[in-house]
Amino acid sequence: MARRERGSATGPLLLALLLTLLVLATVYAFAAHLYPAPPPITSDAVLVDRQYNLTLYVTGAVFILAQLGLAYAVLRFRDRGQRARFTRGNIAMEILWSSATVFTFVGLAILGRNAWAEVRFTPPASDAIQVEVTTNQFVYTFRYPGADGKFGMLDSTLVNAPAGNPLGLDPNDPAGKDDIVVPTLTVPVNRPVELLLRSQDVVHNFFVRELRLQQDAVPGMVIPVHFTANQIGKYEIVCTQLCGLGHSRMYSILNVVSQFDYESFLKRQAAGQ
Amino acid sequence: MPDNVVMESVDLGGGRPSGSGGALGNGGRGDNYSGAASVPQRTYVTGMMIALGGILMFFMALVSAWIVRKGFPNSDWQPLGIPRVLWLNTLILAASSLALTRSRRCLLAGRDDEFRHWWGVTTILGVFFVAGQLLAWRQLVARGVLLATNSSSSFFYVFTAAHGLHLLGGIAALLVVAFRPPRRLTLDTATEVVAMYWHFMGGLWLCLFVLLLVGK
Amino acid sequence: MSAASRLEHAPREAPKGFIRCYVFGTDHKVIGLQYFFLALAAVTIGIILSLLMRFHLVWPMAHLPFVAGGIMTPEQYLALVTMHGTIMVFFVLTTAPQSAFGNYFLPIQIGAPDMAFPRLNMLSFWLTLTAFLLMLAAFVVPGGAPISGWTAYPPLSGLGEIAGPGEGIGQSIWVISILVFCFGSLLGSINFISTTIDMRAPGMTLMRMPLTVWAWFVTAILSLLAFAVLLAGGILLVLDRSAGTSFFLPAGLVVNGEPLAHGGGSPLLWQHLFWFFGHPEVYIAILPGMGVVSHILANFSRKPVFGYRAMALALCAIGFMGFLVWGHHMFVSGMNPYSGLAFSVLTMSIGVPSAIKTFNWLGTLWGGKIQFRSPMLFAIGFVSFFVTGGLSGIFLAQPAVDTMLHATYYVVGHFHIVMGVAAIFGIFAATYYWFPKMFGRKMDETLGKLHFWLTFVGVYCIFMPMHFVGVAGGIRRYADSTGANYLAALQPLHRFMTFAAFITAAAQLIFFYNFFRSLRKGERASANPWNATTLEWITSSPPPPDNFGGHYPSVYREPYEYSVPGAHQDFLPQNLAPEDLPRANEEPRNA
Repeated sequence: MARRERGSATGPLLLALLLTLLVLATVYAFAAHLYPAPPPITSDAVLVDRQYNLTLYVTGAVFILAQLGLAYAVLRFRDRGQRARFTRGNIAMEILWSSATVFTFVGLAILGRNAWAEVRFTPPASDAIQVEVTTNQFVYTFRYPGADGKFGMLDSTLVNAPAGNPLGLDPNDPAGKDDIVVPTLTVPVNRPVELLLRSQDVVHNFFVRELRLQQDAVPGMVIPVHFTANQIGKYEIVCTQLCGLGHSRMYSILNVVSQFDYESFLKRQAAGQ
Repeated sequence: MPDNVVMESVDLGGGRPSGSGGALGNGGRGDNYSGAASVPQRTYVTGMMIALGGILMFFMALVSAWIVRKGFPNSDWQPLGIPRVLWLNTLILAASSLALTRSRRCLLAGRDDEFRHWWGVTTILGVFFVAGQLLAWRQLVARGVLLATNSSSSFFYVFTAAHGLHLLGGIAALLVVAFRPPRRLTLDTATEVVAMYWHFMGGLWLCLFVLLLVGK
Repeated sequence: MSAASRLEHAPREAPKGFIRCYVFGTDHKVIGLQYFFLALAAVTIGIILSLLMRFHLVWPMAHLPFVAGGIMTPEQYLALVTMHGTIMVFFVLTTAPQSAFGNYFLPIQIGAPDMAFPRLNMLSFWLTLTAFLLMLAAFVVPGGAPISGWTAYPPLSGLGEIAGPGEGIGQSIWVISILVFCFGSLLGSINFISTTIDMRAPGMTLMRMPLTVWAWFVTAILSLLAFAVLLAGGILLVLDRSAGTSFFLPAGLVVNGEPLAHGGGSPLLWQHLFWFFGHPEVYIAILPGMGVVSHILANFSRKPVFGYRAMALALCAIGFMGFLVWGHHMFVSGMNPYSGLAFSVLTMSIGVPSAIKTFNWLGTLWGGKIQFRSPMLFAIGFVSFFVTGGLSGIFLAQPAVDTMLHATYYVVGHFHIVMGVAAIFGIFAATYYWFPKMFGRKMDETLGKLHFWLTFVGVYCIFMPMHFVGVAGGIRRYADSTGANYLAALQPLHRFMTFAAFITAAAQLIFFYNFFRSLRKGERASANPWNATTLEWITSSPPPPDNFGGHYPSVYREPYEYSVPGAHQDFLPQNLAPEDLPRANEEPRNA
């Protein structure tokens, strides 16, 4: 029996090597920022990134220790004819690493609260620009309240996109006469914007990577989210909630422009009505 | 001695393993399980308890859906007028549970004829209950309240249908025990598990009924 | 004495005839194998579906011979997505670890002759098989398979054909199949729980049950409670689809320009019901694997499981807490954001018992005498993947970070590593470990090791890049990159993953070859080829119909007594009575 107990070292070596390679490759891939998220364009997005990075450091450290620990264990304790160390466990160690885990995880959760709270618990500034976002298979439609600052009434039975009324604006409601209905989202830089997300048919989603913000648009609900973009540019809006065969083609553009350009946009739209 | 080695005394007993469940009273437990090929009688009781746990969870899911739906803001919840025959049905079902309890007591006391008599009464009352539920449905339909009429009617039909189907299963079990009792269970065990099921269905109906009344 | 406390009973005979024995058999071992082969068929189909998906993502305009019209359409891709997910989650990950291995080995490991309710057990299998056939039928009905994902969110799944191709009969058959599956699972759970509670051998206290039994037991409780909720939700969905109700369909819907007359239901209600089931479901998929890994690590390290009691409690804790965290799938769903925070804290907390288990697996290896056989390699692999997948979950558990990662490939990478890899490695480990016991023959060790190395490297190559795709904004369930412009930059990663997928899938052929060849030509196995301590190894390979040939064991010690100081050999079987232990120079009596 003693002769058969000794195994070759190839298996354990290879396993330890692969685990080490895994760690090196993963660390490199993250550190080299080979496929990074695009730079954030709001201060809330910066908070999200901070929390992401903190989580990355903490989980990264655990990942490295655990995988290398596994590599070490399989190598060091491979069967070389030794006797295994009989133990049923160690209560002190159990308490120690359980406490460390609780502390780390709960700590992360608490630290992450702010990034969530800023967007979700804090309402937008009272002078936020409101834009209604209506989703349906497979387009985004954006509605501005126009000069009167009021959204017109909508009636689902009046929806008729081919006839130019994709949202079902009620023609009898004067507040709706100046509503601006466009396929892309134009907002001024450094001004708070509140989006009111709606859906006409199935669950869709509004996601802009640079905002680090996404929210499902659920039929039967109007869901508000807000942001303040601090960088002019064009950013892509995509739908992340499976909505049918056109899911991957459903997208639009977030156009962050200067205050001047924004007012020009509003004037052009109003003139065109 | 290595850390944390606990020298436990060895349990050589040929009786029930410790830590097993089934704390449901006594009476005709049958063999202690000791490796014999037959399944101990208490296992059927355990099995029924677990099945009832699953059924309870099913109804709790339906009820929580109902609670959520009722609680929507700006709710278009239209309260349902509960057909009055449901009060009678509830009494019938309660009476059937009493009959069943009486029946089991007769069985345990060895009074076989009375056992069969009250078992039959339970079954008949169960059938009346189901008939009464169907009558309630007919009354609602006559009023124009159908499954898809509104949310509260949808839930009403779903609750009563789900409960009614389970109760039909109970009636089938009552009939099986009466006419073709399964060989692996003693009559005591068979009646015990059917009784558990039946009383549970009665209690469940009571809860659903109160919910429907209160939740208008 | 021990001979007297062991009951003698006439050995049970197997039923005669192929049909009675193998088709309508009530023997838990036969049923376990039926489930196993069902899962094997399902995983083959599931892998083929995934290869088609990965192929399409890199070569969307390629002409495929079996596709009507030549080029795969987005709806066909989404049908693949839906069916791949559904088949893998239900018919592989819920079936193989629990219904297959659990059915086969739970009774044996507790010293019982069969499950508590053998005919109910047979019914459970037949319901599961029926569900599988119904699910496959969705491919061939008019309109094809549904396109709403395995999660089937209404209104997309609740509106019928107007919502899209496959949403007519295909979706209906899908829901019916799931409902039938629910029944099969519920009945199976009743068996598992009753058997574990009432049919353990004398001396087998809860704290002497193998961790596999603990895992199957907790998983069965999860199954009982979770599938009951899915059943309720599924019935409501059926009613919405076919009876005009509006449980999940709100008022004011306009689909393809047509206003619909529904009345105030809530899509979020489905999500709550579904995920209340769905989260415990993923623990149902992984817990048995955790039990198997603990079992195998102890066996091949020749040491007891480190912290057995903590491991058992951790299984219970994960099971219990698994019911409290479902909202982390719904952070951006429109659910109350304060609920989001609550779910987040609970989700982070469930990481604690999971971490405890990981530490204890390392502790089991530490100081051991590790034997690198195929089962052990896959068990060690499981630990590596569970660490990786578990840690990536930490990101998703925080709503602020989830806001950028939700529904991206990051999530796909995360759940594939925990479910599509770790849980599968648990199944592989169990297969290699218990093959000798089930079939009386050994699988080829060299082929097993080769299978391990290729698969271990291959799946890391497939699923690690997904995290990067996700962080960069690659969205899941996208049939192609024709929408947003930024997606094109991620194609190199997709290409790499597709190549890795094909190579790794090919490597699985080694397993298939090894498995089926060993069934007939494998080296004959003894009763206890791994020198293990638990009760399945005291009986013959394969076991007789009543598991122990009439000599039912009693249990005298913990399940993982390896390398006990002063013992005559480095393992003490659970059924070896203390008075039968040899003194210093003796041979063991009644071993």
